[in-house]
Amino acid sequence: MRHTISVLVENKFGVLTRIAGMFSGRGFNIDTLNVAPTLEASTSRMTIVVTGDDTVLEQVTKQLHKLIDVIEIEDYRDNEVVERELLLMRVKVDSTNRNEVMQLCDIFRARAVDVQHEVLGIEVTGNESKIDKFLMLMGKFGITELSRTGRVALARKAL
Amino acid sequence: MTGADILVEALEREGVTTIFAYPGGASMAMHQALTRSKKIRTYLPRHEQGGVFAAEGYARATGRAGVCMATSGPGATNLVTGIADAFLDSTPLVAITGQVPQAMIGKGAFQETDVFSVTAQIVKHNYLVTDINDIARIVKEAFHIAQTGRPGPVLIDVPKNIQMGKTQPVWPTEVNLRGYKPDVRCGDHELNELMGFIRQAKKPMIYFGGGIISGHAHAELLEFAERTQIPTAGTLMGLGAFPQSHELSLRWLGMHGTVYSNNAVNEADLLIAVGVRFDDRVTGKLSEFCKHGTIVHIDIDNAEINKNKVVRLPIQSDVKFALTRLNALLEQAGYARKSKGFDLYPEWRAQIAEWKEGFPFCYQDSEDAIQPQYAIELLHKMTKGQAIITTGVGQHQMWAAQFYPVDEPRQFISSLGLGSMGYGYPSALGAKVARPDREVIDIDGDGSFVMNIQELAMARVEGIAAKALVLNNLHLGMVVQWEDRFFASNRGHTFLGLFEDEARVVADTKTIYPDFMKICDGFGIPSRRVEHKKDLAEAMQWFLEQKTACVLEVMVPYTEHVLPMIPAGATYKDVIYEGKKTLQAGEGL
Repeated sequence: MRHTISVLVENKFGVLTRIAGMFSGRGFNIDTLNVAPTLEASTSRMTIVVTGDDTVLEQVTKQLHKLIDVIEIEDYRDNEVVERELLLMRVKVDSTNRNEVMQLCDIFRARAVDVQHEVLGIEVTGNESKIDKFLMLMGKFGITELSRTGRVALARKAL
Repeated sequence: MTGADILVEALEREGVTTIFAYPGGASMAMHQALTRSKKIRTYLPRHEQGGVFAAEGYARATGRAGVCMATSGPGATNLVTGIADAFLDSTPLVAITGQVPQAMIGKGAFQETDVFSVTAQIVKHNYLVTDINDIARIVKEAFHIAQTGRPGPVLIDVPKNIQMGKTQPVWPTEVNLRGYKPDVRCGDHELNELMGFIRQAKKPMIYFGGGIISGHAHAELLEFAERTQIPTAGTLMGLGAFPQSHELSLRWLGMHGTVYSNNAVNEADLLIAVGVRFDDRVTGKLSEFCKHGTIVHIDIDNAEINKNKVVRLPIQSDVKFALTRLNALLEQAGYARKSKGFDLYPEWRAQIAEWKEGFPFCYQDSEDAIQPQYAIELLHKMTKGQAIITTGVGQHQMWAAQFYPVDEPRQFISSLGLGSMGYGYPSALGAKVARPDREVIDIDGDGSFVMNIQELAMARVEGIAAKALVLNNLHLGMVVQWEDRFFASNRGHTFLGLFEDEARVVADTKTIYPDFMKICDGFGIPSRRVEHKKDLAEAMQWFLEQKTACVLEVMVPYTEHVLPMIPAGATYKDVIYEGKKTLQAGEGL
């Protein structure tokens, strides 16, 4: 099973090394990892997607807590949560199928971000299954390159 | 002040009086500052690994962080084994390394290693100092982290330009780490649940470990056992946390522990695990360990709870707090404390007494050859069990634990989690520096002793009177034992001598290699060798009378096995125990 955990960390030298190292050293797998500063410049938020059962998740959470630079961990198992990924890609197009590609983009609320004669740069955001579906559809036209963020997440909750 | 002077004063402010430090290009500024310190004595090891093991010995003997220092690159990488060792044995340690100047970091500079990354997974925390104004705060934090909660090693990497820079230090008065709150205390509701289990139990056991020692909770553990009358079995890390001469002590458990402690822990209906981590050398096959018992796990480290063994009642807490509170609850509930005349759990006690009677530690008697167990028993007798013992790693280590029973915490100092050969003598030096009032003896094997034999120089030059009893069988005895048991006695590079054709059960004067007495002579350390049983007592007398460091080399047969033995991954029922041999512990003296 895949879990999303959100980890608030000190924005300090080497913190990514510690976290990535903890995962590899203890035999856990990171599916995706995102990190960026938060409102407060001294902290960063990491969104980590991990595969494993509840025992694995319990150990991951506890081991993360042991790291001095980890301030807070939110485990999104039981929460209402908004999850998004961003995908940037280049798709091969020609005059015969450019419209079809653009139509699909409309349906998925994707945007063309770079237009060339034989290729179209596209940006799309959404949850994982939407991105996967869009990728599958674009595959027919020929994807020449893509870059995909991991998951970022935010709990749906009142103040 | 220079960064180096700030660092040294910060150490002084943490109460440091002793540092084991080996200088080099990137750390010499800090050594210059150390020469100006009136509070810190610098001990010069002859290899950085000796320095870090000495710092560990110091820490294990006192409970305060041991401090060591090395230069960048090879100096720092030579510390790595000791840092990993401290990590696995939860030993408080502050390791300081020099680093190349900041402008040269990442350029492949001379003696440059990314020590921060190299050590990241074997420290409780580490620092690369990037601003001279951070030094005072970082040192304070490092000692706080190393010594609180579950203790462990902290490394501080200090670039040379920062050591040589100047600033006006601001000394912090407190530590403020929002991600580190080590003071964890359980609530009464959890303890009351445990009280309920205790009331219902018919076959309860206490399984305690190193957490009792690092948590300063041995007095509370004794009271807890004497109030509940529950028998105890310790891990090797916990040796001395409960007196082994006590009626409720089943001594220690695990692969080479007593048969009766393994039987009792596995057949218990209630297992109270305190300050332990269910290590594989203790549990054997995890799924079978204490299979039918209710397990309660009290530990300060939440990550240890349900890590190896899923337990019925997890209690995350400082063990001293939990035991103190439990003792108060027990008193309220009418459990009176007694130190003898136990009357609870009569059937269980009778069963345990039968096991104790049936399966003592024992060994084969010999006419002339000196059995290693006999040498250790004799040492125990002649030191009245009062010496602080350190060990290397291997058979001698297990025999030391079996035949030198200790009654106080911090009396048995050994590399147990990592199993680092070469630990014995340097750690004895560190322990002796910390406890000059006590006899400190490294019980070592020839393989382990050779690994840090250069530290005889630190002993001689610094005048540290730590002694080494080297049980020499010219082999890597523990590996030989496994070869005998599991590899049809095929020797895979486990003979350490020179004259293999002449290898015999006990090497004699002609075939001994290396010549430890000549080596000791070269280092200016008095030494003696004993080959015959009849000469041992007199030689041991000489050994114990020495006022300086000295070495007693005892030639022993390489054919002896450490028993009992539960093979790795097996259960307590698979124990190898070759009956009562001719001598039970104590009978041969």
